[in-house]
Amino acid sequence: MNKTESIREIAKKLLEEKKVDLVVGFAQGSLPLRSTPYFARTPEQADNLIWGATCENNLANFVRKRSEKVAVIAKGCDVRAIVALIKEGQVNRENLTIIGIPCEGMVDRKQICQAVGCKEILEATDNGADLVVKGKGFEQTLAKADVMFGSCKTCQYNTPVIFDELVGEKVEAKEADYADIEAFEALSPAERSAFIAKEMEKCIRCYACRQACPMCYCSECFVDCGAPAWIGKGADKVDDNALFQTVRVLHLAGRCVDCGACERACPVGIKLSILNRKMVKDVKELFGAEAGVNLEDPPALNTHQFDDKEDFML
Amino acid sequence: MILNKSEVTNILDKLASEYRVIAPVEKNGMVEFAAIQKGEEAKLDYANSKKPGKEILFPQSEELFNYTVDAEGLRMEDKVDSQASIIFGMRPCDVKSWVLLDNVFKNDQYTDVYYLTRRANSLVVGLGCNEPASTCFCSSVACGPFAKEGSDIFLTDIGEAYVVEGISEKGKELLAKLGLSEAGAEATAAAAKLQAEVKADGTINIEGMAEKLSGMFEHPYWDSLHEKCIGCGACTYLCPTCHCFDIADEATDCDGCRVRNWDACMFPLFTLHGSGHNPRPTGKARWRQRLMHKFNYFVERYNATACVGCGRCIKNCPVNLDIRQALADIQALD
Repeated sequence: MNKTESIREIAKKLLEEKKVDLVVGFAQGSLPLRSTPYFARTPEQADNLIWGATCENNLANFVRKRSEKVAVIAKGCDVRAIVALIKEGQVNRENLTIIGIPCEGMVDRKQICQAVGCKEILEATDNGADLVVKGKGFEQTLAKADVMFGSCKTCQYNTPVIFDELVGEKVEAKEADYADIEAFEALSPAERSAFIAKEMEKCIRCYACRQACPMCYCSECFVDCGAPAWIGKGADKVDDNALFQTVRVLHLAGRCVDCGACERACPVGIKLSILNRKMVKDVKELFGAEAGVNLEDPPALNTHQFDDKEDFML
Repeated sequence: MILNKSEVTNILDKLASEYRVIAPVEKNGMVEFAAIQKGEEAKLDYANSKKPGKEILFPQSEELFNYTVDAEGLRMEDKVDSQASIIFGMRPCDVKSWVLLDNVFKNDQYTDVYYLTRRANSLVVGLGCNEPASTCFCSSVACGPFAKEGSDIFLTDIGEAYVVEGISEKGKELLAKLGLSEAGAEATAAAAKLQAEVKADGTINIEGMAEKLSGMFEHPYWDSLHEKCIGCGACTYLCPTCHCFDIADEATDCDGCRVRNWDACMFPLFTLHGSGHNPRPTGKARWRQRLMHKFNYFVERYNATACVGCGRCIKNCPVNLDIRQALADIQALD
């Protein structure tokens, strides 16, 4: 039985036995290389659930503050977010059934687009290790490993850290890889500043990054506050766009689960992971903390030890 | 008339010496409309721009006026932009969006000097689409890959050259100055063939949609439509017809300016009252508004659907909420 069939069977059973009111998962999307979040409330609807290399959204977003009993089809990063949200009192573990999927990585439409010279893809077939993409007058086979999201290439938690049911075999964890951040750190301050300015110039302030982030759930985001206005509301000022991301990164210190949902959601392709992963790396190095990797560790910002490093303080 | 592709750069150079020429350019890996100094900057072999053409008339962030207060009193400067501009190579969907937006910025209740001054000083050279994308459905919404409505001049790409048609008086006058040669019978026939044969997806049925939606405000359909929406503004900001905005005063001490920024009905803040009450407090209410505004309220008010079928919302939605599917679902409801 493949993962899609297993998911359907488990979801159907949970709904039939009324153990849950809702199963949050993915259905086939309307475009090639797209899946779409799906909400199954009846055993019949469970037949629309699918699993594949395009299930890119972090579904933890849809399980916060739910009053009903919910099951969620969750890959490694979704579960890390769920764990972090449980610790922050946003998810009631007792009402949540986690159908964990060891994830082999999701494919990045932007990289695939570049690989085919940005021609329109009209059809895509997943052959396991390869993707065959077709369009008007072309057909190309791409190794999935080459076109995975950056966050998937460096993921160390492909296998969910907690689950009620696990669909498929565990995926071997990779070594930590922060080569992208090390390269960024090696730049001069002027080069880093220029890089960030170039990225922030693209921003249209649609807040897709914030909305896609499972950990960004403030009832009022600081950018939306009018009095005092902490930040200019226009998208034409690169400094304000950068300030928005800077505060977002700081607000996610010790909370970001490095799922990459922000970067995936960005319609203009800003490399947000550089900022977020720099913070993830710093928190790990300075405090030995990683968000959402188990239920026991207290959230990094909730702890203080006398030997905590403070050498960055003035 | 005919414009050989090899002459486009020269023509644009010539136009740029007299007008502000706004054309599609490639920047940061995306195509956007920007003022060009030289013809070679224009990228006319593009599918469509990332941001819609509305931003030429209605920029995402626009300073309306600024002010200074000092010992001599108050000084104010308005920022109405009246520079004569040629918009070169805009796709028919974006051109049509200007026609729709005109209703909003000039009507019996409101006249927007900023938008209308730019509009009056803009001449549009539309560019037909030989290869509409699979997400394009302009042929379903009173537009089309070769729709000329709103264009002053229209270009049809026949390979080595563009067949050039003067549409409005303004467009014909400009063409008379450019001295292009007449198109031969073969070129004219090639253009006519493209215009007659190339269609985008025409199967999205919006017939009777406005009437149907009129009775649907309380329909349970809205309970499910919004469910996967994460509430970002990608669809509205990248939509050529979405036009909601917010006004902000930005001031430091005695200097300040009033800025108009795009806003979006997908944000709870958009309708949040000072009292704390929010008449559209849920994703359900906000999605109903988005769909109703395009396919019902706008139709009732201006007798046109506020969608040009450009497909940007489909391509850019982070969760693949597809407006075509929503419209089909609504048509299928009893």
